[in-house]
Amino acid sequence: MKYAFYPGCVARGGTPELYDSTIAVAAKLGIELDEIVGAACTGAGVLQEKGLKLGDTLNARTFALAERMGLTTILTICSTCQGVMSQANHRLLNDAAYLAEINEELKPEGLEYTGRVVVKHLVWVLVEEVGLDTLRPLVVNPLPSLKVAPFYGCYILRPSWALGLDENPGREFYLERIIEACGAEPVNFPGRTKCCGFPILLINEANSTAMVGNHTASAKEHGADAMVTPCPLCHLNLDGYQPKAAAQRGEKIGLPILHLPQLLGLAFGISPKELGLQKHIVSAKPVLEKASVRA
Amino acid sequence: MQVTLNVKRYDPEAADPTACFEEFRIEAESHFTVLDGLIKVREEVDPSLAVRCSCRASICGSCAMRVNGHAALACKTKLSTSLHDGAVSVEPMGNQRVVKDLVTDASLFWGKIRAVEPFLQPKGPEPEEEYIASNDAMLNLITPMGCIMCGACVSDCTVLEVDKNFLGPAALAKAYRFVGDPRDEADADRLSTLNEYGGAWDCTRCYECVQVCPKGVAPMDRIMELREAIQRAGLPSTIGSRHVDSFARSVARSGWLDETLLAVESWGKFNVPKLMASAPVGIRALVRGKLPKGGPLHHKRPGAKNVERIFRRLEHAPSTLAAVASKSGSAHD
Repeated sequence: MKYAFYPGCVARGGTPELYDSTIAVAAKLGIELDEIVGAACTGAGVLQEKGLKLGDTLNARTFALAERMGLTTILTICSTCQGVMSQANHRLLNDAAYLAEINEELKPEGLEYTGRVVVKHLVWVLVEEVGLDTLRPLVVNPLPSLKVAPFYGCYILRPSWALGLDENPGREFYLERIIEACGAEPVNFPGRTKCCGFPILLINEANSTAMVGNHTASAKEHGADAMVTPCPLCHLNLDGYQPKAAAQRGEKIGLPILHLPQLLGLAFGISPKELGLQKHIVSAKPVLEKASVRA
Repeated sequence: MQVTLNVKRYDPEAADPTACFEEFRIEAESHFTVLDGLIKVREEVDPSLAVRCSCRASICGSCAMRVNGHAALACKTKLSTSLHDGAVSVEPMGNQRVVKDLVTDASLFWGKIRAVEPFLQPKGPEPEEEYIASNDAMLNLITPMGCIMCGACVSDCTVLEVDKNFLGPAALAKAYRFVGDPRDEADADRLSTLNEYGGAWDCTRCYECVQVCPKGVAPMDRIMELREAIQRAGLPSTIGSRHVDSFARSVARSGWLDETLLAVESWGKFNVPKLMASAPVGIRALVRGKLPKGGPLHHKRPGAKNVERIFRRLEHAPSTLAAVASKSGSAHD
C-alpha cells in the first residue's frame, strides 16, 4: 500500500516524535509513505480567517502535487490537516466553476487538480484499508492492563458531512477499535470528542488551559492510565500545557498523552526510544510500566 | 416498537434535588420524533416531566435539548434513528441553568443576544419610504437570518463551558447578520466591540455549533468571517489578529508554519512578562529533545516560491462579507 504522505507542520515541528513513530509503525504494517515534497501548510483553519480562497488554493495545490506523483490517497497524521483538507476538497468537488477558478491560480506552476484525491487520516487507513485483522497479528506485546482514553479532537469529526461520517459512522469509534486491537481497554469519558483548546492557546491561554485540565482530569477520574490522540495539535496542548493546567486547578494530573502510532508501536514491540516516548512533557513512564516495557 | 428513553430528571423542589437519569419504556410509532416520545411519557406515564415545546415543526426553537449527548431539536430528531440498543438518552441543554428536567433558563442566551445590539442602526436622515436593500446584498445573510434562537449552539459551545464571558456562537452569528446588512451603519462600533476579550477571537473553532445547528446557520463560519472583517476594518491589532498575520507571514515566506515565531509575534516581541511566563514550556520541550525535523532553524520548504506567489495573488482578495459590508446598495447611496 502506497500513499502520498502529508505529515503537516506540527509533526515536523513541535511533535517530531509523531513523525518518527509513524515511520516506524508504517514499516511494520507494510505501508509505503511517499512524502509530498513541496506541499504547503493547510492553513489549519487560521489562514482561512483571511478568506477561504487562499487556503483552498494552497490545499488544491497539495492535491495536484499528489496527483502528479500518480497517487490519489493522501495519508495524513494530523486531525486538523484532515479536517481542513477534507473541507477544502468538499468545496472544490461540489463546485466545478470554483475548482476551475482555483486551477487558474495553479497554472503558473504547471499544476492542475482534477478532483481525484481522497484525504485519509492514518486512523481511517488502519481500520478501512489495512484492516484490524491484519493489525492484530502484529501485536506482540498486548497491553491488557492499560486503560486508554481516546481523544479525537475536533477536526476529524466535525462537520460530519465533510468528513464522511454519514457514510462511515464507525469513524467516530475507530480509536476505541484500535485501542482494543492493541489489547488495551478503551475508557469512555465526557471530553472524548471535545476541543483541546489549542486554537486559542496563544489568544486566551486561561480558557485553553482550562480545557486541557477538564479533559485530562476527567479522563483520569474515569480510570484512564493514558490518553491517545490522532492530532498533534491536541498533543501539544494536552501534554505540553498539562503542568500549567494542573497548577491552574491546584491538583496533580500526570496523565501521559500518546500519539496514535506510539500506542500501536508499543503493542508492536517497537522500542520506546524509537517511538520518541522520552520526548513528552508528561512522563510516559507509567505507561511503559503497565506495558511491561523498559524505557 | 418498544423504546427506552433515558431522561435526565431534576426537580429543584425535591427533598434531594440531584439530577439523575430515569428510564421510561414506551411503545413508539415508527414515525415518532424524540419529542413525540417525551410527550407520550408525559401524557401516559409521568405528567410531572417538564418539557418545553410548541410548534413541533422545527420553527419555534423551543425544544432544543441534548439527544445522545449532543444538542438537537427534539421535534426534528427521529426516535428510530437515535436508538442505541433500543434506547436514547435525553438531557437538558448544556451551559445553561436547568430550571426543571429538560427545561433550561434562557437568560444567558438572551443576555448574549442583547449584548450585540440585534437591531438595525442606520445613520443619516430617515428615507421618506422604507430602507431598501438590494437582493444581492442580502444573499449572504440568508443563513444567519435562519436562526430560530433555539440555543443548541450555545448548549454545546466548548468555550462557554470554561468561560461564560464569551459572547458565544448565537450572538456572534447575530452580530454578523447586522455587520453584513447594507442598511446598518454601526459596523465600526460593532467590530470594535467584537475585537475585544469575549468577542470573535475567543472562539476555539471546534465546529460543535456548526454540527448541532438545526438550521444551517453554521455560527463558527460566521465568526471566521467576522474575524476577516475585523482585520480588514483596520482596527488596532489584538493577539488574535497578530496570530493570523504571523501565521500567514510564516507560511507565505517558507511554505510552512514557524511555531516559535508565531507565539512571539502573537504576544508581541516586547511583551516580556508573557514571553518569560511561557519560557518554561519551551525549555521543557527542548530538554526533552523536541527538535523540529530538519533542525532548530526554520527553513524554507521546497516550492516555497510558489506558495508565496499564491499569497501575493490571494491574501487580500475580496471576500463575500467584506463586499457586502462595503455597503454597496445601501439606501443612502
